Amino acid sequence: MIKPRRIFTYAFLIGVSAISIFPFLWMVVSATNKSVDVTKGRLLPGSHLIENIRNLTSQVDIVNALMNSLKVSVVTTLLALLISSLAGYGFEVYRSRAKDIVFNILLLSMMIPFASLMVPLYRMFASASRSVPSIGIDTLTAVVLPTITTAFLIFFFRQSTKMFPKDMLEAGRMDGLSELGLFFRIYMPTMKTTYAAAAIITFMASWNNYMWPLVVLQSPENQTVPLVISNLGSSYAPDYGVIMSAIVIATVPTALVFFLMQKHFVAGMMGSVK
Amino acid sequence: MSSAVKPALGKDSGVNVKTGMSSHKKMNLIGWLFVGLSVILIITFYFYPMFQALLLSFKTGTGANLEYTGLDNYKRLFIDKTFLTAVGNTFIYLIIQVPAMILLGLFISVLLNDSKLKFKGFFRTAIFLPCVTSLVAYSVVFKYLFAGDGIVNMALMKLHLITEPIQWITDPFWAKVTIVIAITWRWTGYNMIFYLSALQNIDNSIYEAARIDGASSTRQFFSITVPLLKPIILFTSITSTIGTLQLFDEVMNITRGGPGNSTMTISQYIYNLSFKYTADFGYAATVSYSIVIMIIVLSIIQFKVAGDRK
Repeated sequence: MIKPRRIFTYAFLIGVSAISIFPFLWMVVSATNKSVDVTKGRLLPGSHLIENIRNLTSQVDIVNALMNSLKVSVVTTLLALLISSLAGYGFEVYRSRAKDIVFNILLLSMMIPFASLMVPLYRMFASASRSVPSIGIDTLTAVVLPTITTAFLIFFFRQSTKMFPKDMLEAGRMDGLSELGLFFRIYMPTMKTTYAAAAIITFMASWNNYMWPLVVLQSPENQTVPLVISNLGSSYAPDYGVIMSAIVIATVPTALVFFLMQKHFVAGMMGSVK
Repeated sequence: MSSAVKPALGKDSGVNVKTGMSSHKKMNLIGWLFVGLSVILIITFYFYPMFQALLLSFKTGTGANLEYTGLDNYKRLFIDKTFLTAVGNTFIYLIIQVPAMILLGLFISVLLNDSKLKFKGFFRTAIFLPCVTSLVAYSVVFKYLFAGDGIVNMALMKLHLITEPIQWITDPFWAKVTIVIAITWRWTGYNMIFYLSALQNIDNSIYEAARIDGASSTRQFFSITVPLLKPIILFTSITSTIGTLQLFDEVMNITRGGPGNSTMTISQYIYNLSFKYTADFGYAATVSYSIVIMIIVLSIIQFKVAGDRK
């Protein structure tokens, strides 16, 4: 006999799952339908996907936006991983009282909301524009620079380094490896899963970043995907099919990263509370 | 000398003939090289801008024409209706959304932690799924789902739960509700994952002992689960509080802060002051500092509240 509590558990979980999934289904289905059908509440897949994408590409340069987002996210991720892991490793392996103090001061930066940084950062990059236009306002470099180093990622690498067997470093020193050699030849290959988790967190954050690009990018050819979507979404006569196809295109990369590396993703989240 | 340096640096303390430095000193220096770039970047892009913002917060003027006006900006905060509305809205989101989401996340994770439950993997993935969407993308989707003639109203009317469509986006009250629903949808699964992994570390025999003693499941939840999960609940409530105080993407893309200023958040007000209205960077910096102060105060309160019950 099935207990009523069991039934409640399943009913509740099915309900919550349905609510979680429905917006995705609606988004994908709407991307394949005409705007009029979407407004009528059609929930069956249609045959207008190709036409919606064609209309989308005629309205905005989505390919260019995807390329911009990809450039920003890949460069940010690579630099962030290298710089933060060097620091997390350095703080743990060459530990000293002075470094611990500096580390704790760096952690304070996690309390600073981005909205507070927005104005002074904008002014910094605006004044940089006058002397070095290539890193100033309205460049992808300006999008990347302030987001490369986060205290969170340094903390994440330091926590993971605690689990790293230090004997391996001693052995490497005996073999005559330099200190940098130890990092690149021994530490990096051993910590692959930590790097994978860090890469996912950073890539997702960078791909989805909205506020800073909104402030710093101006010309249409420099826009990243979230800016394009936001613009489409704020039009007065929205074409639902077109907008949803854009959102599907924007969501596919992060969804793929998530499904391919789900384990690392969760490991990355947990790394923040260890 | 050697007592200042911890053993992680290795046992060798001989003097390097070439450089004349002890190897401890050399190792310590190498360590600084490893962390140096990060320290410089964080100072440049966090601490230096915050210092600039502090100076700016005492200046008034439009665009680049700024002059020192002392505490004028700080006095203005207390009579600025838009600012007070934005703070009020942010606190409404904070007080309603954060506890509701944490309780819901806890409840779901307790249900999922049942070893006899089938399709556990499916439920977990489905509930976590909203976290893969970008904030902008899901906000736009929600804006249309909750439109006056949107599918949510259609469904509610079909089910005869309402007779008139609810103005989810254009009514001051319902617009706040929509924002709360949206954030809860996006973040419950994220928090749930933290609770779930913490629950898996709790020894099952504690629950068995409680069951033998005749404790109901509600009792077990509040007397065993919640106390044992306290550190992780504290962590998620601090991160959620910081996140809510910075709320921007959703409000910007679902309601634009409207109708009127009824969903405006502090972050959005800073954005408007700097980039939408005539640029008032000085006052925007003052408003920025108000969020920093709120984050610090709320984090301290949460630590205190969690600490006292130990």
